[in-house]
Amino acid sequence: MSGAATGGFDLLTQLPVLQVAVPLVAAPLCSLLKGRNLAWALATAVSAATFVIALLLLQMVRADGPISYALGGWAPPVGIEYRVDTINAFVLLIVSAISLIALSYARVSVAREVPPSRHHLFYTAWILCLTGLLGIAITGDAFNVFVFLEISSLSSYVLIASGRDPRALTASFQYLVLGTIGATFYLIGVGLLYILTGTLNLADLAIRLAPLADNPTVLAAAAFITIGIALKFALFPAHFWLPNGYAFSPSAVAVFLSATATKVSIYVLLRFEFTVFGAVPAFADLHFASLLLPFAVLAFIVGSVSAIFQDDVRKILAYSSVAQIGYMVLGIGLLNVDGLTGGIVHLFNHALTKAALFMAVGALVMRAGSGRIEALAGMGRRMPLTMFAFVLAGLSLIGVPTTVGFVSKWYLILGALQTGPAGYAIAGLVLFSSLLAVIYVWRVVEVAYFRDPHPDTPRVEAPMEMLVPMWILTAACFWFGLDTDHSAGIAREAAMELLGVMR
Amino acid sequence: MTPELQLQLAVLLPLAGMIGIALAGRSPNLRETVTFIIAIANAVNVWTLVPKVVAGARPEVVLFTIMPGLDLKFALEPLGMMFAAVAATLWIVNSIYSVGYMRGNKEVRQTRFYACFALSIAAALGIAFAGNLLTLFIFYEILTLSTYPLVVHKETDEARRGGRTYLGILIATSIGLQLPAIIWTWNLTGTLDFAPGGTLAGKVQGISAGVLLALYMYGIGKAALMPIHKWLPAAMVAPTPVSALLHAVAVVKAGVFTVIKVIVYVFGLDLISSEPSTNWLVYAACITLTLASLIAMRQDNLKRRLAYSTVSQLSYVILGAALGTAMGVVGAGLHIVMHAAGKITLFFCAGAIYVALHKTEISDMKGIGRIMPVTMACFAIGALSVIGLPPLGGSWSKMLLMVGAADAGFQIVIGVLILSSLLNVAYLLPIPLHGFLYRPAGAPEGPVAIKEAPLPCLIAIVITASLCVVLFFTAGQIVEFLQPIATPVAPAG
Repeated sequence: MSGAATGGFDLLTQLPVLQVAVPLVAAPLCSLLKGRNLAWALATAVSAATFVIALLLLQMVRADGPISYALGGWAPPVGIEYRVDTINAFVLLIVSAISLIALSYARVSVAREVPPSRHHLFYTAWILCLTGLLGIAITGDAFNVFVFLEISSLSSYVLIASGRDPRALTASFQYLVLGTIGATFYLIGVGLLYILTGTLNLADLAIRLAPLADNPTVLAAAAFITIGIALKFALFPAHFWLPNGYAFSPSAVAVFLSATATKVSIYVLLRFEFTVFGAVPAFADLHFASLLLPFAVLAFIVGSVSAIFQDDVRKILAYSSVAQIGYMVLGIGLLNVDGLTGGIVHLFNHALTKAALFMAVGALVMRAGSGRIEALAGMGRRMPLTMFAFVLAGLSLIGVPTTVGFVSKWYLILGALQTGPAGYAIAGLVLFSSLLAVIYVWRVVEVAYFRDPHPDTPRVEAPMEMLVPMWILTAACFWFGLDTDHSAGIAREAAMELLGVMR
Repeated sequence: MTPELQLQLAVLLPLAGMIGIALAGRSPNLRETVTFIIAIANAVNVWTLVPKVVAGARPEVVLFTIMPGLDLKFALEPLGMMFAAVAATLWIVNSIYSVGYMRGNKEVRQTRFYACFALSIAAALGIAFAGNLLTLFIFYEILTLSTYPLVVHKETDEARRGGRTYLGILIATSIGLQLPAIIWTWNLTGTLDFAPGGTLAGKVQGISAGVLLALYMYGIGKAALMPIHKWLPAAMVAPTPVSALLHAVAVVKAGVFTVIKVIVYVFGLDLISSEPSTNWLVYAACITLTLASLIAMRQDNLKRRLAYSTVSQLSYVILGAALGTAMGVVGAGLHIVMHAAGKITLFFCAGAIYVALHKTEISDMKGIGRIMPVTMACFAIGALSVIGLPPLGGSWSKMLLMVGAADAGFQIVIGVLILSSLLNVAYLLPIPLHGFLYRPAGAPEGPVAIKEAPLPCLIAIVITASLCVVLFFTAGQIVEFLQPIATPVAPAG
């Protein structure tokens, strides 16, 4: 290497810490900014920076294998380790990319939905939330996960409640109560593990837990952690905080959180089930993650059925999220490469799909003044571009071939078919749930295209600032549905890494 | 131009047409000009492929590779070529008719109508040229979605109800049954390609083969095998040109085309004829074609009667494929063409009667032949072709089907076919007979004033009726053209 490259090389080695440090430092700065556009610009710039860093990290991991970064120079397991391998590089990329694109959409909608005096605080909370989510994904330390979990959760309570809709306050409070219970459960589990092993480093935990296979405390710890995290990602039957939270928050928040918050929690589940407990022989035999299977199946059936009976489009989408979380957990529970690939790639695919849908719905609600299905009558003629984006992203939600939704379901079904007769039933249920998705998406389409519009709804398309990100995501739903090298390809590498640990 | 490029063009041209139609929406004359230019260009493009297929060319083009081994691709073979030629040709005729019907009836939302029509044609050609099951499935779904706005065109509550049945049944069967069948096939063979001789041979046997076949046959809801036929009568709320599109040009033809494709290129004729567990399909088709004829006899609404007639005729095609003999499959393919020409004529006539006289019930149509002589004469020709009497096209395909049944050793099928032809006579012929023999109700003495449908409608009707006659004399060429699908040989060049 030449001398000129050394400076660049140094910066590259610091990337893991910069991933979190950049937004963490930017957050207090943002709270000092008075102009609303200034705060928005800073948040966008920060997101762009984290996106570039995540992209570089992913490239480095794919080229040279996992990266370990000792925070403050304290070598792990004593110090806090930031550890990046394929799966969390992938999650980092999803979170930062969605934050960036959601912010480019947010300026117009936030200007309408959040009181102007609080704009700088809103964007501060956004950056903090981003910090927390990225931190959870990058850290290799169990307690550090808890810290970032709290940072992201507290700031997302603020984000949800920041709109003008009073129902958002109760929704946020519900989320706060359940989120806190979840975090506490997680902390109890981590505490038990610490008592047993004296370490908090995830990789070190895996090594030290291996000889303790028969210890019932390990089982208790695993149960606490799993249930705590499951509350965080709203696995059925702990899902009821989610629909209100997404439905009544400002639309940009719904876009951001629906595409990232639950995904990161699912990543934590993956990390514990495979990296930490997967190394314990007794757990590998027990197939701990597969205990979640029944809940996963119930989640996507109950979620889809509930979505059918909602009258508010935002709630339809939110209940659909409950169902999609079921798919992801299903992929984890199947414990084979195809299934896990499907689960992991669905983190990405669903982020694209649901973000596009919430963007379209945000624009529709802005014009129609309400999210009720009835209010959307004739919107296909009033806002043709927005409504068509909704239809296309809706096809992805259903899982029509050529969309990303199909890629996820294809892998999930192939994974399910490998597990014998029960798997056949699960595969059938996945398809059945797709049919339910047809119904809830079509209810909206039928009203929007085949009813006459209300005479008093304006014939105004959404502003460019909302249309462009919406259509970028919609196009991405199809792009990554046709070219799966960079989504399913990476997911497959990650799945093999994770399952490799178990063998 | 390379045939590979032409395949893509065949789907892209109607899509471009759709955009052009939408942009020209403000000027009806310009809009219809776009439709005709594109439809004619498209037909030229499709027809110039025919000699290349005859010469043995089997072009393939991969559009995307979604996953290793799983492509979106087009591939040309005689059956698809034939379906594409039918759809591309009838699009022109149907457009002529639509101009007369839609304007004569002063229908609203005509731009959406023509745009969705073009999209449906694109989807039908995509189905015709699909190189594997996945590609076919995608275009199959696009066809369902793009015809939905046509079915609910009137946007009344009745139309919306019909549309919901239409969409519900077609989507539910395709995702609930056809897609699992495709995934199962992938699991068994590791490929979704259409291959001469089939890909499933040796990979599935016994009861599984029968179950897989059932998933496909009931999953292809567009083929309307009973009890998955309810969507067809429900879709009768659509304007008549749409019914013609559904019944003759695109939708049901896409269904039975898919059936033949699956049986010939996925199962393979050898597997179908040697595996007893797949025989049920022969009987299911026989039951459908008889029952549907019986139900058709009891319908007084002309379009509903024709709808049940279609259900019955589709099962002829399914039957031909299910026999698993070379003659049966060729007969099935031929019947797609013959029924298309015959049934489109009948629907055009039904629409013409509605435009001119606003009559929909058969009991009101006595003496109508004296008011609309050209229309009723053409109706008679179409009816005779559907029944299968020479010198009309329909006679050849029914004959081939009987020969195929004899080859396969299903003597009972021959009886069923003869019975069904009699039933066809019973429910189709009374309409023109009563039309010509009676005097119109309430008409004054003396010669009856002639009142035909608008000229474009009449032109279209005459074209399709003549087509029924022409096809009688060209059937030999079509059979020769289709022969390679039943006797797989290595493509030459």
